[in-house]
Amino acid sequence: MSKYTEDDLKKELETKEYEYGFYTEIEADKFPVGLNEDIVRAISEKKNEPEWMTEWRLDAFKIWQEMKEPDWANVTYQKPDFQNISYYSAPKKKPELESLDQVDPELLKTFEKLGISIEEQKRLSGVAVDIVMDSVSVATTFKETLAEKGIIFCPISEAIQEHPELVKKYIGSVVPKTDNFYAALNSAVFSDGSFCYIPKGVKCPMELSTYFRINEGGTGQFERTLVIADESSYVSYLEGCTAPQRDENQLHAAVVELIALDDAEIKYSTVQNWFPGDKEGKGGVFNFVTKRGLCETNAKISWTQVETGSAITWKYPSCILKGNNSIGEFYSIAVTNNFQQADTGTKMIHLGKNTKSTIISKGISAGKSQNSYRGLVQISPRAKHARNFSQCDSLLMGNECGAHTFPYIEAKNKSAQIEHEATTSKIGEDQLFYCNQRGIDTDKAIALIVNGFSKEVLNKLPMEFAVEAQKLLEISLEGSVG
Amino acid sequence: MLEIKNLHASIEDKDILKGINLSVKPGEVHAIMGPNGSGKSTLSSVIAGREDYEVTKGEIVLNGEDLEDLAPDERAHKGIFMSFQYPVEIPGVTVTNFIKTAINETRKANGLEELPAKDMLKKIRATAELLEIDRKFLSRSLNEGFSGGEKKRNEIFQMAMLEPKLAILDETDSGLDIDALKVVANGVNKLKSEDNAVVLITHYQRLLEYIVPDYVHVLHDGKIVKSGGAELALELEEKGYDWVK
Ligand SMILES: Nc1ncnc2c1ncn2[C@@H]1O[C@H](COP(=O)(O)OP(=O)(O)OP(=O)(O)O)[C@@H](O)[C@H]1O
Ligand SMILES: [Mg+2]
Repeated sequence: MSKYTEDDLKKELETKEYEYGFYTEIEADKFPVGLNEDIVRAISEKKNEPEWMTEWRLDAFKIWQEMKEPDWANVTYQKPDFQNISYYSAPKKKPELESLDQVDPELLKTFEKLGISIEEQKRLSGVAVDIVMDSVSVATTFKETLAEKGIIFCPISEAIQEHPELVKKYIGSVVPKTDNFYAALNSAVFSDGSFCYIPKGVKCPMELSTYFRINEGGTGQFERTLVIADESSYVSYLEGCTAPQRDENQLHAAVVELIALDDAEIKYSTVQNWFPGDKEGKGGVFNFVTKRGLCETNAKISWTQVETGSAITWKYPSCILKGNNSIGEFYSIAVTNNFQQADTGTKMIHLGKNTKSTIISKGISAGKSQNSYRGLVQISPRAKHARNFSQCDSLLMGNECGAHTFPYIEAKNKSAQIEHEATTSKIGEDQLFYCNQRGIDTDKAIALIVNGFSKEVLNKLPMEFAVEAQKLLEISLEGSVG
Repeated sequence: MLEIKNLHASIEDKDILKGINLSVKPGEVHAIMGPNGSGKSTLSSVIAGREDYEVTKGEIVLNGEDLEDLAPDERAHKGIFMSFQYPVEIPGVTVTNFIKTAINETRKANGLEELPAKDMLKKIRATAELLEIDRKFLSRSLNEGFSGGEKKRNEIFQMAMLEPKLAILDETDSGLDIDALKVVANGVNKLKSEDNAVVLITHYQRLLEYIVPDYVHVLHDGKIVKSGGAELALELEEKGYDWVK
């Protein structure tokens, strides 16, 4: 585990500004509310999809109709009315404002703290921007570099048209339509998302970030991501955004599938900051995500996530360690404040021999929030010498929040080595006074303590993401002890 | 610089400080001695502004300003530093990161720009050298797993970095071996100037051989019962506290 050292301090000097990509906006376009076969067909048609894709969606819809919304998670909420949602809406133009003076000052304050540039602030809050030319050239160079290496990185709708053989082969191969209620729904109605293919032996020379993707404004309610790393390839993929994401759509049900073929490695990092609802807990996003990766022989998948947003989070990025010697990792920071509820964790399914998994989960709860870790480590009978290490730490602020840990272990092979550690701590008065005495105010002290607590996970994030994530933790917990 | 007048303080309705008067001028070194439980640490915490204690009477004035309404961090910004008798652990936060944050927060509060990273680095290195602190030490989690002596040396490191106007060192000498004591005393002496002041809380005459105080005060049951020059410490060492009670 590395730590903040003199070298890091030096590096901080060099950290460059975050580069945002640009996106083109498409005319607003929305379907009537409700879901039936005709709507599913219409979505497919709208996207000009081939027959097999339409059939796939319809099949998913049939499966979904037979399913029930799960209620085993440690969260309570008013279940959405699925017939009262519009299932297709192309990225919409936000109402254009003339200047930042017209934007919610609270939002601007947050932007400022995140260090987001004025231009970017304007873009995010829907103020007319005139200078996007720089980003255009960045995005273009970016695409060229990738194309040279044979890397495909495009919206999944484009991949369905241009690379049907890849999509057909892999979509639903890791998260089948039948997997769960939200995955089935997503399969039927997914709006768009990202597709990424790294050819054999290619090491992707840059972090692939959704920022850079052209033609993709709002992520949409039902995002679908498919990442395929062919044999001996490597890719680091960044998803999400630290800027607060407000969205009129309350329900979000994304599916992410990762496929790491023999000797390949995928690093998937997420920073999620959906609107969590106001101080009373009203209006937040419900985030029900299915993320899963499949590892073939000697392959490795790492999930790293920083979750600060959403009213409800239901999310378990998982690894199926199918190939011998494959490795799965899960590093997570989940922050809940006010009335947020998070039920998150991972599943590590050990099928191959000598498979190895590591789980580091850091839960931080403040306000009246509930933060649950739910993890499954499953060792199949033929997974000889499988190993798992799990560490779940909880940090509590105040007396009204809750932290819960639900570790499930199913070991069907005696040679398995499984280690589980769990700790719960509280931010102490002594720690706060000590920081205060050194001139660090209480909000900043909490941020410092929380960053220290989360260090092992923050260190797994790519540099520019880590810096933003730290600021984000700070903002999410501001004023939570007082 | 510091004027304490008839200070009374209590915790959980228990009176601990019972009328302290103390005047510290720039350039001075004061030593406070006294038996266990007499209120030495309480006095330093109250000066630093710890909110668990209630000031029931009297006042603390720093450079003409009454500190009553100032929070601990605001007092720190005004130049008060307290070396803790029992420094606190902050897991995952390195010594470097902590001091960098402390310095920049203090600068910000005083209307200054953050210290550029390269100057910060220079200063950290120079201070570490002065206090004979190994570079590797600076990358460790603050106070986590530090030995007693390492914790104290780290407190002085922070003091040297922050350059306070008033430094209160609460038993910084306890737990230091003889060599470390010399290094720390040497550090304190180097940083002393006409503009700052030091209050040393100690049980032992030994520290006062290296940092010679202008005044020595004896605290007993929440009151200063005797004050004198450096020679008072020697007398106390010889005769014990019964003599002054
Ligand atoms: N939080 C507290 N609750 C109750 N009593 C307290 C508290 N803090 C301090 N005291 C009491 O106040 C008195 C003075 O304590 P203080 O720590 O100031 O003594 P000291 O002079 O620093 O002693 P030592 O030489 O052992 O460090 C003691 O009797 C102590 O038990
Ligand atoms: Mg004491």
